[in-house]
Amino acid sequence: MTPRAVPVLAWVPAFVLAAALPCAAGEPDAARQQQLLRMVRQDCGSCHGMRLTGGLGPALTPGALADRPVEAIAATIYHGRPGTPMPPWRTMLDEADTQWIAAQLQAGLPDLRGAAR
Amino acid sequence: MIDARRRTLLAAGALGSLAGTALLGGCVAAPPLRGTGDLGVVVERANGTLAIVDTTRRVLLAEVGGLGDLSHASVVFSRDGRFAYVFGRDGGLTKVDLLTQRIAARVMQAGNSIGGAISADGTLVAAQNYTPGGVKVFDAATLALVADLPAETTPGGPPSRVVGLVDLPGRRFAWSLFDANALCIADLSDAARPRITRLDGIGRQPYDALVTPDGRHYIAGLFGEDGLALVDLWQPQPVARRILDGYGRGEQPLPVFKMPHLRGWAVAGRRAYLPAIGRHEVLVVDTDTWQEVGRIPVAGQPVFVMARPDGRQVWVNFAVPDYDRVQVIDTVSQRIVTTLTPGKAVLHLEFTPRGEAVWISTRDDDRVSVVDTASFATLATLRVASPSGIFFTARAARLGL
Repeated sequence: MTPRAVPVLAWVPAFVLAAALPCAAGEPDAARQQQLLRMVRQDCGSCHGMRLTGGLGPALTPGALADRPVEAIAATIYHGRPGTPMPPWRTMLDEADTQWIAAQLQAGLPDLRGAAR
Repeated sequence: MIDARRRTLLAAGALGSLAGTALLGGCVAAPPLRGTGDLGVVVERANGTLAIVDTTRRVLLAEVGGLGDLSHASVVFSRDGRFAYVFGRDGGLTKVDLLTQRIAARVMQAGNSIGGAISADGTLVAAQNYTPGGVKVFDAATLALVADLPAETTPGGPPSRVVGLVDLPGRRFAWSLFDANALCIADLSDAARPRITRLDGIGRQPYDALVTPDGRHYIAGLFGEDGLALVDLWQPQPVARRILDGYGRGEQPLPVFKMPHLRGWAVAGRRAYLPAIGRHEVLVVDTDTWQEVGRIPVAGQPVFVMARPDGRQVWVNFAVPDYDRVQVIDTVSQRIVTTLTPGKAVLHLEFTPRGEAVWISTRDDDRVSVVDTASFATLATLRVASPSGIFFTARAARLGL
């Protein structure tokens, strides 16, 4: 297996896992959304870049995620990707959080409201 | 407020450089002569700015902007301690003059970069890149490209992401290939004809590496397995061997929410202190035998494990969600002697050259704290926007930093 093939194959379990994710129980509230946006930029940014253009982890720009179902992205965030450095974030995020983040990533992350950083 | 201060400083800088020209000499007071041994920089990761600091007076001297995406930016220094080379995430390589407080040179050298190194003789600056994978080497004076060294996963195969780039004695560099389970040693004594030695099969997914302060041992941390790869560079035919094999075997690894960094690594006496992967522990290794001699439970996934320059203490920070803490290990008793909470999202620490103080960046509090390493009292705090890496010019004189 070439290393390049790993990310592609790793999406397969993500689809399967998506089925195991219960339906999101509503969106996170506004304050939580700001928290999540900051977390994505800053903490996910450690590997994916603050501008989400990629690093040790792949790019998470709308272009890069165009073909990925939101549920699959959410499942990857929630469960992680075994065999890669992507950890499961379920100790810090619930399903509603991951669904919301996945949708934001695919649509293009809004800038942090009112924060000049 | 920061803007006002920056304008003032820029104006002062402009006056200073004008004063340097012979024509205007006498009209404006020249800036006082000073050395750079107590200067340093703090990366303001979110706004593409480098803060220049004075570690004696514990103040911010100036901010230099326009450096691009500085998430995960790292810095090396010219031998004279005057210039900082800043490696940006977006592939920008910027040479900043700490004295005139201006950008001296800048190139966009890759699509996605992660760090770099400077040769022992100070003439070559090398950048390690994720996109496209590989290493580029530049003239340290002009930033002109000197060598472009691809990092293939297999002969003719796709490029690998490059990690763990360090300088070695004798105009050499070493790096590891995350996607190829390999490491490379490059000899650029003739920069037009780089000679590269590649060692394959060193272990799965090397994620970062370090070189010991004597330049003898190169150690790559492995993400894909429990263990590290060690190369004795003093051997005529270097080979990689495994150390700390199976340090977590049989146990469920904990999630790693941020990859540890090995570069600011901790050697204290004959022991090395290394971050475990997926375990909330610092591993203690004997540097003669490379056997594990202990492990110290800590507050989270360690990210930086750094020795005070005298080796008496080792300071540790952590990945999210435990990144509001810093723990201090006493290397005599091998115990944690204190846990500090300097602020939210501790990203980096840097010791002053002799270690009487440590500077700690807390990203979410927009603050850098200066802490006395004997009393643990906070000596000063500086307002810095989203600070991440802190780098002092004393690194210029040290191999591997």
